[in-house]
Amino acid sequence: MISLDVWMRENPLTYVWFGSYAVALLIFAIEIAMVKHKRKITLQQVRLMRNAGDDTKTSISEEDSA
Amino acid sequence: MAINWFKYAAPTTFYGLAGKMIPWFAFSAAILFAIGLYIGFFVAPSDAQQGEFYRIMFIHVPASILSMFLYLIMAGYAALGLIFNTRLSAMMATAIAPTGALFALISLWTGALWGKPMWGAWWMWDARLTSELILLFLYLGFIALHASIDDPRRADRAAALLAIVGSVNVPIIYFSVKWWNTLHQGSTIKFSGTTMHVAMQQALFTMLAACWLYAIAVVLARVRSIILERERNAAWVTQLPGIADFAGGEK
Repeated sequence: MISLDVWMRENPLTYVWFGSYAVALLIFAIEIAMVKHKRKITLQQVRLMRNAGDDTKTSISEEDSA
Repeated sequence: MAINWFKYAAPTTFYGLAGKMIPWFAFSAAILFAIGLYIGFFVAPSDAQQGEFYRIMFIHVPASILSMFLYLIMAGYAALGLIFNTRLSAMMATAIAPTGALFALISLWTGALWGKPMWGAWWMWDARLTSELILLFLYLGFIALHASIDDPRRADRAAALLAIVGSVNVPIIYFSVKWWNTLHQGSTIKFSGTTMHVAMQQALFTMLAACWLYAIAVVLARVRSIILERERNAAWVTQLPGIADFAGGEK
């Protein structure tokens, strides 16, 4: 811990940049990736549901015509 | 020309509007982050007492402000949803919670990094720090409670109550430095003026604006997914260009 104290006082800008800004930007990047992933998954679910609904309608109409 | 604001309270209309606004907010946020970081690191002078360590302020202060304001906005939307039973309000509250929690986390993390060289400790059970930690737990509690109930409308109501009750913590965070003797400093920028260097103010306000724009962009993007998820059985969702085209292409 003493070595960290010495290091941060010798390299304050590196400490500030990597310790706070880089971490904050990393958190933002992770959040953006999670939001994009959630959208991708939700779109897939909605498309699957729509396709399943179309298939059900098709099979019902085929049974009716038969 | 009068604008019918109630039209935008419907998920159907808001979904498209949010989609158009996201790129503008995201692009503006990126530009302002770049400008704010440039001013903060290359234009603003070193502090007489804190040296270079004070530069943590340009992310710490906006993150702290956002964590508190987002909680109030989330509680406001939750209350609207609870009182008027509006679907979009509850969806907005759900979309704000993760972003608010992340800003609270950034605030605590950067505060610890600032505290170590200034106070000699990463953490103190100080009124400001402890109340901010409680805010993070309130966000996490809101998210966990909402996720634990299967029926979305019941989850909205339960989480709304937690959000409303928890909003009492926000004035406690703000006034903690006045009500108790704390290590944390009080506000440097007041309505009566400030002694802060102009470049420091410019960096701080630019970063604050960038964080606001980023938060709006992310919340809008998240609420669009929530709208799609909850309205997936509605006819308008199945007729959306991306979904209708995809289904047509599969056949």
